[in-house]
Amino acid sequence: MESIGVLMAYPMNSYLEQELEKRFNLLRFWTVPEKSTFLATHKNSIRAVVGNASAGADSELIEVLPRLEIVSSFSVGLDKIDLAKCKEKGIRVTNTPDVLTEVVADLAIGLMLAVLRKPCQSDRSLGKKVGIIGLGRIGMAVAKRAEAFRCLINYYSRTEKPEIKYKYYPNVVELAANSDILVVACSLTEETRHIINREVIDALGPKGVLINVVRGPHVDEPELVSALVERRLGGAGLDVFEHEPEVPEELFGLDNVVLLPHVGSGTVETRQAMADLVIGNLEAHFLNKPLLTPVV
Amino acid sequence: MAPQNQSQPSQNDLPYVLILKPPPSFVIFGDHFFNSAKFQFLKAYESPLRLPQFLLAHAQSVQAVLSSGGAPVTADTIRLLPNLRLVVTTSQGLNHIDLSECRLRGISVAGAGTIFSADCADSVVALLIDVLRKVSAANRFVKQGLWSSQGDYPLGSKLGVKRVGIVGLGSIGSEVAKRLEAFGCTISYNSRNKKPLVPYTFYPNARELAANCDALIICCALTDETHHLINKQVLSALGKDGVIINIARGPIIDEKELVRCLIEGEIRGAGLDVFEHEPDVPSELFALDNVVMSPHNAVFTRESFEDLRKVVVGNLEAFFSIEPLLTPVVLDDQPHFPG
Repeated sequence: MESIGVLMAYPMNSYLEQELEKRFNLLRFWTVPEKSTFLATHKNSIRAVVGNASAGADSELIEVLPRLEIVSSFSVGLDKIDLAKCKEKGIRVTNTPDVLTEVVADLAIGLMLAVLRKPCQSDRSLGKKVGIIGLGRIGMAVAKRAEAFRCLINYYSRTEKPEIKYKYYPNVVELAANSDILVVACSLTEETRHIINREVIDALGPKGVLINVVRGPHVDEPELVSALVERRLGGAGLDVFEHEPEVPEELFGLDNVVLLPHVGSGTVETRQAMADLVIGNLEAHFLNKPLLTPVV
Repeated sequence: MAPQNQSQPSQNDLPYVLILKPPPSFVIFGDHFFNSAKFQFLKAYESPLRLPQFLLAHAQSVQAVLSSGGAPVTADTIRLLPNLRLVVTTSQGLNHIDLSECRLRGISVAGAGTIFSADCADSVVALLIDVLRKVSAANRFVKQGLWSSQGDYPLGSKLGVKRVGIVGLGSIGSEVAKRLEAFGCTISYNSRNKKPLVPYTFYPNARELAANCDALIICCALTDETHHLINKQVLSALGKDGVIINIARGPIIDEKELVRCLIEGEIRGAGLDVFEHEPDVPSELFALDNVVMSPHNAVFTRESFEDLRKVVVGNLEAFFSIEPLLTPVVLDDQPHFPG
């Protein structure tokens, strides 16, 4: 399989790079100065792309790689992959679900506690209303943890889940109005872009706290910044931003805001498990075996 | 003299509650915080007299004392208060009250009960996640503008795979256990006595507990037995992947030894709300990103202060109304507390 070209957009994990190099011809895209020339030269050997939260396979890239068969993302999020185009061209797509659910949820709770426990006067977690947007794997894991702090869990989802005992709200504004802490836990799609907008922020209010551990573009960032600076929002814990690694400097001096450099899945154990999934999926594909975690 | 309001007792009729030093609540909210129509305060700290003189001159009829960590009730103080029948403390800890002397003289003691347990437990989890996932350090990293220039932050460690060892499975320890179970941790403990109804693994001493866990959480009271309980042997047993969290009392840990272990990388990290000689904190810890510290404020939430106010006032009012105390401390089973 050493002749199979695997294009990796960004450095993401040295163990992953090492393992890919043992099996394939790994092409480190970030080291290439003339990217379009490089792609033109290698287009017939590149059969796989390994992406992550920063870059995957957009329409443009897919177009210039005629022999692309599989996109394996080192993430659970798929917002950097043109899924429709992949479907159209029969390109397989895999991601890394489940292995990072717990650590992302852990971090959401860690952010919540860090924001509530301000230096001067903290707020108790017990009895707080936690509103979760998106009750998928990560949302449910956050709910389970918050329940142990005796928080009350409410949620918004595309459809109500009758088997879930938490209270459902049919839209995000109503959920925000009935939450002390609003946690974004859904995937990023056209519909959920800027799901946290001015109206939602106003509904959450000057005592409310926003926690975002999924994707920056879920939040209208300039609106969020002005709400925090003007104290129209009580606080925020953010692991993701619209234009990472750029973070609005106006937030740097705010004690009621905790900012992290996209470390949601950032544990040694998790990144290893994610890398193993990427490698496992690619191996399975090129050996004509069933994919481990296919999306398309 | 203006006629007095007949429906309220005059200030002169109200029984006194002695306060030696202002509790944290007074400092934060003002000295009206524990006011009641049923008693008045006698503030020793407002007098120019030294304490023994003050007590002899003004406090001989006093039946109740409101104490806090910074205002210990020693045997000497108790002996100067012949009518003392009740000590109410605003703190969770009781190590600043001479409980043996109280027991000897039939003086009741009322504490905070369990009002602080949830907030303490929240602080434990906050500190533990912070140390394992480097929350405070990464927050500083971003706020110093380093993410753009220095790139990705070093990886942390997963909480759910950690074996948690709780020293002291009282009210706080139990609340910690409940929370960490939801994160997937397995719980074990060491306590004065094994608790048969509890589903967690018991270890007979702190060293064995430390040898079998990845995160050691100190939730016990400070007594003669627990002073420097966490010593060189225990820290060594905890090992270089181990983390220690202390929200209980600083002297439970041999602080010099802890600092040495942290500097030498012999344990992974620490989350500390309490220290041996507060407010002094070993300056060697300031530069360590794997050490998260807070200024003894684990229980300081807005809501817990309100709960405290109710419990303190409630206990004092019950006492003066000859009703049962809300949160009496059972003195019979207390270990010996340092005076």
